[in-house]
Amino acid sequence: MSLLSILLQAASSGMDVMGAGIGAGIAALGAGVGIGRIGGSALEAMARQPESTGDIRANMIVAAALVEGAVFFAIVLCLLVVL
Amino acid sequence: MEKRSLQAFRVGVLSLLFSLIFNLGSFASSEETKKSFDPGETIMHHVMDAHEIHITKGVHIPLPCIVKAKNGFDLFSFSSFKKNESLGYLTYTSGSTGNTYFYEHGHIYLLDSEKGVMTDETGSILNEAPYDISITKNVAGMFLGIVIMFLIFLTVAKSYQTRVGKAPKGIQSFMEPLILFVRDEIAKPSIGHGYERFMPFLLTIFFFIWILNMLGLIPFLGGMNVTGNIGVTMVLALFTFVITSVNAKKGYWMHIVAPPGVPLWLLPIMVPIEILGVFSKPIVLMLRLFANITAGHIVLLSFASLIFIFAEANGPAAGFGVSIVSVAFSVFMNFLELLVAFLQAYVFTLLSALYFGMATEEAH
Repeated sequence: MSLLSILLQAASSGMDVMGAGIGAGIAALGAGVGIGRIGGSALEAMARQPESTGDIRANMIVAAALVEGAVFFAIVLCLLVVL
Repeated sequence: MEKRSLQAFRVGVLSLLFSLIFNLGSFASSEETKKSFDPGETIMHHVMDAHEIHITKGVHIPLPCIVKAKNGFDLFSFSSFKKNESLGYLTYTSGSTGNTYFYEHGHIYLLDSEKGVMTDETGSILNEAPYDISITKNVAGMFLGIVIMFLIFLTVAKSYQTRVGKAPKGIQSFMEPLILFVRDEIAKPSIGHGYERFMPFLLTIFFFIWILNMLGLIPFLGGMNVTGNIGVTMVLALFTFVITSVNAKKGYWMHIVAPPGVPLWLLPIMVPIEILGVFSKPIVLMLRLFANITAGHIVLLSFASLIFIFAEANGPAAGFGVSIVSVAFSVFMNFLELLVAFLQAYVFTLLSALYFGMATEEAH
């Protein structure tokens, strides 16, 4: 009973929108950390072996796009909460 | 060395002047000050589908509306919708079927003869909606993309037929590296042996998504945000899913329901996850393309809306001031969106090729 009333209060006072904002921020954080790590290790590998730069670059872009896919899913969900 | 730095300087000055010129066009119009600027609604209106192409204020291109109610088809132009004072909506009465339709927020509804417009408590409309197979903005954008693709590729194919054995010339020499890129970087490494069967689909998907993404970036062409429509990306992902499933060899399905080398007690967990994976891969394909393109458009529109928000709150001078920053950011975001247009087409095609490769892999 008390949980339901808390949820109702949260929904009416606009805390759902705040939750969506925080969620979008955490999603952006996830994107930054993930793609930063991918880029970092890719650059390290390119420095070790410059002749495989092309291969590494292609794989880095693929991995970054996959990580971004998950992040965009979270962002779309947060947008759906707001709208 | 000297010549290159001078050229770079010239490019820099020209871009700055170019961006400043656009400030002159960005004054907020104060004729309709009754309605204040709602950024959320403006952005949604530009990103979503519509039954007309809204180029600038006052320049609307109405598109044909094709609806099928229970008593037949109706074909009429969107400009036939006239404002109905008593109801407050745009209505149109068809001559052939006698139905009256009204239009609200991008949807066409049937006007009930007795009950009129029925709404529930939250304001959503309860009237019946006919099957709406109109040529909307997104459909028109897809037709435009198809026309562009036919123009390019029929020309290229003809020039390959007439210039057998000779070096490529004209548009052939622009398309050849791209087509070879799809074959050598996407199809061959992912699918391996027998990649030729999937080349037509991969090439079509790659150029279709790339051209549609680019169409959405052109400003006054109508802002056709085609790939930002989840219906379009869902159909493209569905194609990938169907082709993967139809061409999958026995080994592919055996790997899902009986993964090799997995102890028996782990199977009840592994098999549902594998089955979920079969469906989640196309769903993620759909969401990735949709979310990337829509998010890019929303960011671009937000930067443009920033000018109007500041002008509303603090007067036109603030709008001018913000417009310098806003235009600079918009130019940067447009460059990024050009990269994203190509990248999303590449990733969609690459992942489709990977799924085809996994499905048709020879058992080892």
